[in-house]
Amino acid sequence: MLVSNLEFLPGRSVVRHLGLVQGSSVRSKHVGRDIAASFKNFFGGELRGYTELLSDSREEATERMLSQAKSVGANAVLNVRYSTSSIAAGAAEIFVYGTAVELQDD
Amino acid sequence: MTSLLVQALGVVALLVLGYLFGRVAERRHFKRIVKREAETQHLPVVASRYPPKDRAYKQQLVSGNVVIASDYFKTFLASLINIFGGRVTPFESLLDRARRESVLRMKQQAIGVNAAYVFNIKFETTRIASGRLGAMEVLAYGTAMIPSQDLS
Repeated sequence: MLVSNLEFLPGRSVVRHLGLVQGSSVRSKHVGRDIAASFKNFFGGELRGYTELLSDSREEATERMLSQAKSVGANAVLNVRYSTSSIAAGAAEIFVYGTAVELQDD
Repeated sequence: MTSLLVQALGVVALLVLGYLFGRVAERRHFKRIVKREAETQHLPVVASRYPPKDRAYKQQLVSGNVVIASDYFKTFLASLINIFGGRVTPFESLLDRARRESVLRMKQQAIGVNAAYVFNIKFETTRIASGRLGAMEVLAYGTAMIPSQDLS
């Protein structure tokens, strides 16, 4: 499955539009990580635990979008966008969406 | 009275520690960023939506993210600046670091799959708040254009 945030791919054309596909994932950290992060907040720097959490969460959301795309018979998802919002203390929602299409080599 | 003094001393200690550690961390980070930017300069990152048609490419989504925390001193300084308004320089440099770091991580991933370009780069910045924690996440993503071996 091809995933891209481009709308047009040179050498390939869209033969069928299959509509919007999306995936989301809400995750939070365990308390230990939160405490470690609050210490880091005094001295600054990267919060590795959170970086990993969000990137895992993003992977999961993308996985969900892809399985949706597969179920409608797409072979590519184009114009993919990510969106992140912190919805509550310690939890963030990752949302990913794109257009499922059937691509054909020219 | 003494408890007030102890509290004030605690705040001053945190400010000094935050300033020292934060400044050292920021300097080191900027040094690393500049070095890695020079190392990855051969890979162009483009904000255009229209990729070149000069040869056949495979595409793949690549991304890089980083969550970066402010330090005690920066947060304090920002709240002071907030009273009078104006440029909040302590946070400007923080976001600059985060954004350049996320681009570098994205480029690293693109280099790993032998990409020739990264097209249509998008940025996203989110405040990650959890209790008293103040941190930002920056995500950079784009489409890696990988030249196909068979069709060159």
